[in-house]
Amino acid sequence: MTARIYVPGDAAAVALGADRVAKAFEEAFRARGLDVQITRNGSRGMHWLEPMVEVVTSAGRIAYGPVKARDVPGLLDAGFLDGKGHELRLGDPEEIPFFKRQQRFTFARCGLIDPISLDEYRANGGYKGLERAIALGGPATVEEVFESGLRGRGGAGFPTGIKWRTVGQTPPQQKYIVCNADEGDSGTFADRMIMEGDPFTLIEGMTIAGIGVGATKGYVYCRSEYPHAIKAMNAAIKVARKAGYLGQRVAGSDYDFDMEVREGAGAYVCGEETSLLESIEGKRGLVRAKPPLPAHKGLFGRPTVINNVVSLCSVPFILANGAKTYADVGFGRSRGTMPIQLAGNVKHGGLFEIAFGITLGELLEDVAGGTFTGKPIRAVQVGGPLGAYLPRHQFDTPFDYEAFTKIDALIGHGGVVIFDEDVDMARMARFAMEFCAVESCGKCTPCRIGSTRGVETLDKVIAGQDRERNLQVVEDLCHTMKLGSLCALGGFTPYPVMSAITHFPEDFGRGHLSVAAE
Amino acid sequence: MSSGYAVIGEARGRHEAWSPARGSEIIADHLAMEGATLPILHAMQETFGYVPQDAVPLIADALNLSRAEVHGSMTFYHDFRNEPAGKHIVKVCVAEACQAAGGNATSERIAKALDCAFGETRPDGQVTLEPIYCLGLCSCAPSAMVNGRLVGRLDDEAVDEIAAECRS
Ligand SMILES: Cc1cc2nc3c(=O)[nH]c(=O)nc-3n(C[C@H](O)[C@H](O)[C@H](O)COP(=O)(O)O)c2cc1C
Ligand code: SF4
Ligand code: FES
Repeated sequence: MTARIYVPGDAAAVALGADRVAKAFEEAFRARGLDVQITRNGSRGMHWLEPMVEVVTSAGRIAYGPVKARDVPGLLDAGFLDGKGHELRLGDPEEIPFFKRQQRFTFARCGLIDPISLDEYRANGGYKGLERAIALGGPATVEEVFESGLRGRGGAGFPTGIKWRTVGQTPPQQKYIVCNADEGDSGTFADRMIMEGDPFTLIEGMTIAGIGVGATKGYVYCRSEYPHAIKAMNAAIKVARKAGYLGQRVAGSDYDFDMEVREGAGAYVCGEETSLLESIEGKRGLVRAKPPLPAHKGLFGRPTVINNVVSLCSVPFILANGAKTYADVGFGRSRGTMPIQLAGNVKHGGLFEIAFGITLGELLEDVAGGTFTGKPIRAVQVGGPLGAYLPRHQFDTPFDYEAFTKIDALIGHGGVVIFDEDVDMARMARFAMEFCAVESCGKCTPCRIGSTRGVETLDKVIAGQDRERNLQVVEDLCHTMKLGSLCALGGFTPYPVMSAITHFPEDFGRGHLSVAAE
Repeated sequence: MSSGYAVIGEARGRHEAWSPARGSEIIADHLAMEGATLPILHAMQETFGYVPQDAVPLIADALNLSRAEVHGSMTFYHDFRNEPAGKHIVKVCVAEACQAAGGNATSERIAKALDCAFGETRPDGQVTLEPIYCLGLCSCAPSAMVNGRLVGRLDDEAVDEIAAECRS
């Protein structure tokens, strides 16, 4: 039998040298006359160990990492192909504590299988959800998603089942399923990882959505910064189409569904759902006023389900294993699991999928292991550039939509960016305003002009000019942006800015107010 | 023997010189699509390295849009250039997670090593340096994209390699 090894083709692994490692193995195998199959899999999500190479042995898969191209000859000499000892040997990848602690519902196959092998997908539970959806029919499929308690993972946390019901109840006509793969938030990469590591899950999820609401066409709007994800999705779509899983009479059923990938063009605001629809239509990505809801008048004026990648990728598990299995885990009104992404100045960075309810502190200390600089964590930003900065005394907050709302913060897409004590929070507040100014679609004055004024005013604060008065101006600007913005870009930028000022006043020349007030 | 999806981002093909005939061909390839504007603009940029001004009226005519609409779409998106970029394109992530990992210092070092300011093309046309907001490599920050190739955990050695690549 041909031996088999896995070298991730995931963009993070590639950025750390995985292509060079794969090439080094290929050359070494050729030179040594060894017949070994190299599979470019997705990442298991333990990015500090990437490139993490796995070999299939009689005792199961054995991982080694982080592997550099120059380690390859030594690994082979040490008996790597038999899973033998080496200083980079990590053992069974699923026994690594970071991995073992997770509840991998949505990411179960990511890193496990060849991403574009339909056989491996099916052998590992793939397309069981679609089978069930076909048997249930549209309305019952939607109810199953509703029962699971799934809420949108793109940021707003809106119940997916309700969105689907609304589209399902519109009269039969051309309807669309749009997948939001714009993933612009700094600190997030879950969408990217699953599109690269298990693209059929997204295809299956969108197909189920199509059956659920009576839509026959799907679009994945993927940001242009993700060339690997676009390539993997396109490859998988081709395979699925050829195998009869896309196109007319999907999997031999009476349903038709096909889909394609559209590439974004570097505008953060196009992650906002209506701006995204404008963009697919070929226009400037200006945010639309609601109503009408995209569910009624969405893409090309037709009823449209628009969901985040992770939302849609959660659906096959829900259908295959039942709504109850999914809803049984979680916390309060946050049901199921969340792929949390640990990023920034982090020792054990990567993707950690777990039921809602884990506290920020557990994540930061036990899972992430603190910072890679070894210095104490001073702040974390959760939920991307529109999310609040949280200080240590809020680290007991559980990962739950409502608990975060209560402290003026948001979970967003589940990104956690860690900063050590060297961070200058005034600079981060300024950056939040600057980002808003750069990315504003320009439709509302508070967002477009307010953010530019915000940058100028924070520059004065940083320069020590008339600090108190200028901080007051920033606060007023934030207030206006919050109330007068059409979408969350202008409306939520005040969160990072105000949380920085409130929790880290000393960085704005205000003395240790919050510490004294504790 | 290998499986999974193949390696990308290696050698970039040379760009073609603009010609209206080639431009029309690209447009024709996309006419069957719903909302073809962005796919056409992407294809133009991929072929010519930028979106030539002369392409705008061709696209507008073919899609039954006004020139202002096509121009408006083109200028709205950060990706599209209206003039050729340098021989090498370096995009450095300047977003939060990369900043948390020391990205500000790294960006400065890269700008210095390339002798090029952010948002500019060096006068000799050798390199274009651009800020980018997140490459999804936030767990191995700071990161960059160099001629389409991803680089994570940028350290001094990586900066030197980038500078060397951009001298070639
Ligand atoms: C400025 C802005 C950027 C956004 N970016 C994204 C994004 O990149 N990905 C995403 O899924 N949702 C993003 N959203 C949220 C979407 O508008 C929308 O809520 C989401 O696509 C709905 O899908 P879900 O219910 O599955 O989360 C963004 C919202 C705003 C205001
Ligand atoms: S808040 Fe900003 S991004 Fe959102 S619609 Fe208004 S101007 Fe556009
Ligand atoms: S913030 Fe730099 S890669 Fe995400």
